[in-house]
Amino acid sequence: MKQQGSEVRGQEPVSRYRETRRYSLQFLIIVLATTISYSFLTTQSLAWELSGYTTAEGRLFFHDALFSGQRRDGASIAVQPEFYHEWENGSSFLFTPFGRLDSADSERSHFDIRELRYLWLHDSWELRIGSAKVFWGVTEFVHLVDIINQTDLVEDIDGEDKLGQPMVNLSIPGQYGVLDLFVLPYFRERTFPGEKGRLRSRVVVDTDKAEYESSAEEYNVDLAARYSNTIGDWDFGIYHFHGTGREPTLLLRSDPAGNLTVVPLYERIDQTGLDVQTVKGNWLLKLESLYRTGQGEDFYAGVGGFEYSFVNVLSSGLDFGLIGEWAYDERGDEATTVFDNDVMAGARLAFNDAASTEVLAGVFQDLDSDSCAVLLESGRRISDHWKVTLDAFFVLESSEGDILHDLREDDNVQIELTYYF
Amino acid sequence: MKKERQFTNYKRWTARVRQTRLLLFLLLCLSIAPVCVHAETSEEKGRAIAKEADRRDEGFHDSTADLIMTLRNRHGQESTRNIRVRTLEVAGDGDKSLTIFDNPRDVKGTAFLNYTHKIGDDDQWLYLPALKRVKRISSRNKSGSFMGSEFAYEDIGSQEVEKYTYKWIRDEIFNGQESFVVERYPVDKKNSGYIRLVTWIDKEEYFPLKVEYFDRKEYHLKTLTFTGYKKYLGKYWRSDEMNMINHQNGKTTKLLWSNYEFQTGLTGNDFTKSSLKRAR
Repeated sequence: MKQQGSEVRGQEPVSRYRETRRYSLQFLIIVLATTISYSFLTTQSLAWELSGYTTAEGRLFFHDALFSGQRRDGASIAVQPEFYHEWENGSSFLFTPFGRLDSADSERSHFDIRELRYLWLHDSWELRIGSAKVFWGVTEFVHLVDIINQTDLVEDIDGEDKLGQPMVNLSIPGQYGVLDLFVLPYFRERTFPGEKGRLRSRVVVDTDKAEYESSAEEYNVDLAARYSNTIGDWDFGIYHFHGTGREPTLLLRSDPAGNLTVVPLYERIDQTGLDVQTVKGNWLLKLESLYRTGQGEDFYAGVGGFEYSFVNVLSSGLDFGLIGEWAYDERGDEATTVFDNDVMAGARLAFNDAASTEVLAGVFQDLDSDSCAVLLESGRRISDHWKVTLDAFFVLESSEGDILHDLREDDNVQIELTYYF
Repeated sequence: MKKERQFTNYKRWTARVRQTRLLLFLLLCLSIAPVCVHAETSEEKGRAIAKEADRRDEGFHDSTADLIMTLRNRHGQESTRNIRVRTLEVAGDGDKSLTIFDNPRDVKGTAFLNYTHKIGDDDQWLYLPALKRVKRISSRNKSGSFMGSEFAYEDIGSQEVEKYTYKWIRDEIFNGQESFVVERYPVDKKNSGYIRLVTWIDKEEYFPLKVEYFDRKEYHLKTLTFTGYKKYLGKYWRSDEMNMINHQNGKTTKLLWSNYEFQTGLTGNDFTKSSLKRAR
């Protein structure tokens, strides 16, 4: 895990009352719109389909907060309806707004249009226009080459939650693989926990003062092209991205009052990425790799690993999987990600019961220091519509100057109760 | 003229001889025929039955159907899954299938793409809608549970002739229907959950009526029964209801099929990783 700059004292608490009120209103609008359309759609039986979820979450921390201004525990509610319509010819429209209200962190209270896109389906191509989500990659713990969508970091530190990305995407499938072309006309800034939020670095990232290398700032038009194919046991993809990098460099700045803050700088980069996976019997072998220019010195980064499954262990019906991954970043301590030379080991247990009970446990070990963390994800269905999940995160060991060092008091469990409709 | 008559007589005579020979040959054949049948080993007969069943199902091109899967534990607690299945016949290889989950709601939009192969492991991908991620999965071990049901992946997959070796055991009346009883032995012995499967096959229409599954320790593990057969397009038989009983844990899984449609115009383009992402 990467080293972090010099120690800085926490910011003065800032009133975010107005922002919270704005998100409350947006949240309420989504809930109302969903309820109205739900009753409307169920009574009118139109060809529109409504699904989605609403969730209540509690985050309980084992220790008092490390930095001034942080609240100890947090509770929040979130809603994500999905409106979908498909025409006879297969073309479709999808609208997925998302909103969260958080009791502790005003930055975590946020609203996003996860998807608002039209898909034009033709015999020999697909065209997506609007805000959408695209995932590239093969590994489980690190999502290195995934670049189209910005990370919604306030949602979870695992980096799997993404913001909607405005795009025009032409996808051309053919006999020799799939070619995807992207024009990305608007840039989304990464979200960061606020003053009162836990699971953050000691200095709050001031997202309002984001800096860009491109003079067009967030209106810089980014481009990407990806070729992917499946040949026998092999699945692979190779892409090139040209535009504003999603991963900011965090800069120390002092505001007029003399307080130090951290601001994100978004550089213009060129990145070539590769993802490969092969299946050999019970083994899945994976590799993700990238080469980036434009953000400091040119560098390589990679993550490789395996997944091995034991199916129906001792005829118990249980499936057990082992995951091992190693992530490397040529920049070392200068890396803008957490993973510069780290090993992840995990185990996944699926009970294959009616409730689809599942547990995933993982250990992260930094190979350059003592830093070590454990995460746990588990879930179980209660009924056709309800599901409960329990996640946990513990920092076992951390050394001075590490990102993980700032999270050393943030051991927590997170309980989520979700209603799917 | 006389010569000519003699010639015609000769022709008639040779024709008669030929006829007699043909008749004798046919008689000979008939008398040998039972010997021929006896010469066919029960392994050959078993395989011939499986091949005939497979042949009769050829040419459906593609099909779609809705499935309600009801899981029931030994205490009688039930839970259901709503699934849609699309199948594409592939000339010279196993079928391709796309399975889309609608219920329980937390797995809505999850989809499973399977390329069955006559020889070797199948190719399988899973689509996880929350992450918009298509994930290749290992198909090597076939005994894993499908969606927490009593059906293993090897039970729901396309039953290609080449995936088993066969042995005809006997003919039997099963539920009033004349049937062949054929044992099947998985070719991939190491990764199957079974040592053998005993199958009752309808003698007239060659569809399965019952399957008994014996685990690797030779214990009777499960029994699957097929009921409510209907004929589609005048030749393709499909069962409306399948019941799987697990004798070892007391759980059952019922599959109710509906809205069967054939030759709907699906093509290979509807069974790709791209289409997996669009599947709804």
